[in-house]
Amino acid sequence: MKVKYFAWVRERIGKAEETIEPPASVRTVAELIAWLTAQGEGYAYAFEKPKVIRAAIDQSHVQPDAPISGAREIAFFPPMTGG
Amino acid sequence: MTAIVTVRVQPEDFDTAAEIAALSHGRTDIGAVVSFSGLCRGNDHDTPISALVLEHYPGMAEAEIMRHAEEAMARWPLQGLTVIHRFGRITPGENIVLVVTASSHRRAAFEAAEFLMDYLKTNAPFWKREETADGGSWVEAKSHDDAAAARWTS
Repeated sequence: MKVKYFAWVRERIGKAEETIEPPASVRTVAELIAWLTAQGEGYAYAFEKPKVIRAAIDQSHVQPDAPISGAREIAFFPPMTGG
Repeated sequence: MTAIVTVRVQPEDFDTAAEIAALSHGRTDIGAVVSFSGLCRGNDHDTPISALVLEHYPGMAEAEIMRHAEEAMARWPLQGLTVIHRFGRITPGENIVLVVTASSHRRAAFEAAEFLMDYLKTNAPFWKREETADGGSWVEAKSHDDAAAARWTS
């Protein structure tokens, strides 16, 4: 699946997007965050406060317990500051 | 007449007066037009800002604003609405965002405009970074913005 990162999440990880293949045991957004956290220093820094991180699946907001199966694109980003 | 919903996410500036005129042009069923313009300030408390750089999630930004535009159309008797949100580098005094709502009567237009702005602040995927003399920093989300958006769900 394709993963996108925005704002300081993008800066800390050091890339805007990538394709990942998490193991089948990773079923929810929260589990994906935990799995990504273990992928390196930048990831650990980006996700150091997982409760702050917002997520979207296929361009719609989702909660941490949302299942990721079938997702084409998952995005992680800080709380939004538009308007 | 049919309601006109316009949502644009763009780097370039917009003409507020022209957008207001476009929404009501040639119609006689609109009695109230409310517009809100969000501008870039030159300071954040006492810190001077040279620019705001707005990052957005292309595709989702348009989709999320459209979802809220459709909700506003469903909740209030609107004849039309326009939302324009800029991205990229914006300097103090420049436009950032525009919401225009049109209705037969003022209350629906006022309320829908406020609803849309409250949701844009907390749910539209945009992130502001301030450019300052010592570099810059990401703008932190404000809890009073979350509270403002939450009151529309109660």
